[in-house]
Amino acid sequence: MYSRAYKLAISLPPLAWVTLFLLAPYALMFMHSFWTVQDNQIVHTWSLNNYAKLVASPVYVQVLLRSMWIAARVTLFALLLGYPLAYFLSFHAGPRKELLYQLVIVPLWVSYLVRGYAWKTILGGDGVLNGLLQFLHITQHPVEFLLYSPFAVVLTLTHIYTPFTFLPIYASLEHIPRNLVEASQDLGASPRATFWRVILPLSVPGLLAGATFAFVLTLGDFLAPILVGGPGGTMISNIVQTLFGAAYQWPLGSAIAVCILVLVLGLLFATERVERKWTFS
Amino acid sequence: MSAAAPQPRTKAGGLGIYAAAVFAFLYFPIVVLVIYSFNGAGVGGFPPRNLTLEWYRILFSDRAIWDAVLNSVIVALAAVMIALSLGLPAALALDRVSFPGKALFRRLVLLPLILPGIITGLSLLMFVRYTGQKLSLLTVILGHGTALISVATTELFAGLQKMDRAQEEASLDLGANYWQTFWRVTLPNLSLPLAAAGLLIFTLSMDEIAVTFFLIGRDNTLPLEIWGRLRRGMTPEINAISTLIFIFSVALILFWYHLRTRGQSSAEPLLAAEPESFQGKLR
Repeated sequence: MYSRAYKLAISLPPLAWVTLFLLAPYALMFMHSFWTVQDNQIVHTWSLNNYAKLVASPVYVQVLLRSMWIAARVTLFALLLGYPLAYFLSFHAGPRKELLYQLVIVPLWVSYLVRGYAWKTILGGDGVLNGLLQFLHITQHPVEFLLYSPFAVVLTLTHIYTPFTFLPIYASLEHIPRNLVEASQDLGASPRATFWRVILPLSVPGLLAGATFAFVLTLGDFLAPILVGGPGGTMISNIVQTLFGAAYQWPLGSAIAVCILVLVLGLLFATERVERKWTFS
Repeated sequence: MSAAAPQPRTKAGGLGIYAAAVFAFLYFPIVVLVIYSFNGAGVGGFPPRNLTLEWYRILFSDRAIWDAVLNSVIVALAAVMIALSLGLPAALALDRVSFPGKALFRRLVLLPLILPGIITGLSLLMFVRYTGQKLSLLTVILGHGTALISVATTELFAGLQKMDRAQEEASLDLGANYWQTFWRVTLPNLSLPLAAAGLLIFTLSMDEIAVTFFLIGRDNTLPLEIWGRLRRGMTPEINAISTLIFIFSVALILFWYHLRTRGQSSAEPLLAAEPESFQGKLR
């Protein structure tokens, strides 16, 4: 029903912009990952050297594995905090549901930096927590391991991404037809059985979406490790960022970035397929 | 029948306590941050001592911070313009045109939403350097605008899907051309989603740090200015500006919810007021 001119007018500008400023840059990064550096100059000779270097060097693999381990822990904790919260709000919050829901959303909107900074002031050697511990005479000297550790990264990112994880879970719980829950109870299932056999399976798509959010966002994070991580909390994106900084190692950095990209897209693709399988309608 | 199925509220006691604990966890750092912005004795320690407004006084006379705020506002406004003016046609195209590579296009537009910011930021950095441009606020605007087309597209696409198409068809049947129909029917019908998406993009841009990190020139945005100061040491002045950012974000969000819920009846589920961009879907 629409004319050719109308169709062109609405599809060409975004298509052109996105191709120029999104597709071309991503492609440029992909190309860089096959190029090499000679005498501080990027040479456009194609090779798999950068990737070979990544596989051969234990440092990169080790940091990648550590990043995935941190991301896995953040995902687990975000689910452990976010799922029961979503379940409580969806099924048991009664008339306060709307207010409580808004209360979960507000921290989601609070600047990433503000939340990261807040944890830095809490966990630091002369921070709030250490002040409290000494005030209560639990410790005599500041506990230093709180800040600048993988623990601090996991804690901070769990705090930042729990509302993100909560959202899709809550959405899928809200979409469960309540008469299914009633039917389960009418047929004699205990609340526990109703949860495990009706509610939980039906909320799997939201659970997966939330878990993917937490994992992917954590895996690509490089700010929290700088803010609260210290040397032991360095993650894979920090290596990319360092390579792009003073070292001028764009090709190698690009190769790592491409690996992260492939990992992320692979994960998204996989969870999307599983989600689709679990979605009944 | 529904009377025979009471909500199992009795079992919710423990769960309620757990939920309260999660809320405490979510708000604890924010509360600490706000309290210590009034602390005369610095960012740490316990209990807070010598409560003072001194940090706010220092903050308000801190030129560099307010320059950065101005930069952030400029960037955010420009990003809103770019993202909306490209996101609207993109949403229209996805809603009503079929063209080769449409599925790919949709995924490409939405990619910055789910990709780690570092990848989008670095790609654009390489692109900017490759084309011989200098890093400045313009490159930050380019980055924010391009990355946030994703948010504009998803929000406006959702608005289009909810829109009643009969009005447009009537307008076309009655002899208006596509262009007139767009300006007089489609656009007015989309004014609420447009305002809501604009507000959302503004907020996200004001807070953005991962992409900005790589595209910033000599002029800092507010988050980057704060970031730079964190390396030189922390003072409650940063708590003070963070507190203001927090209040500002909450105010914007309340306004945003007001916009979003004004367009729909109260009978609709609350969830309909959620940013579509946050629903965790890439399709």
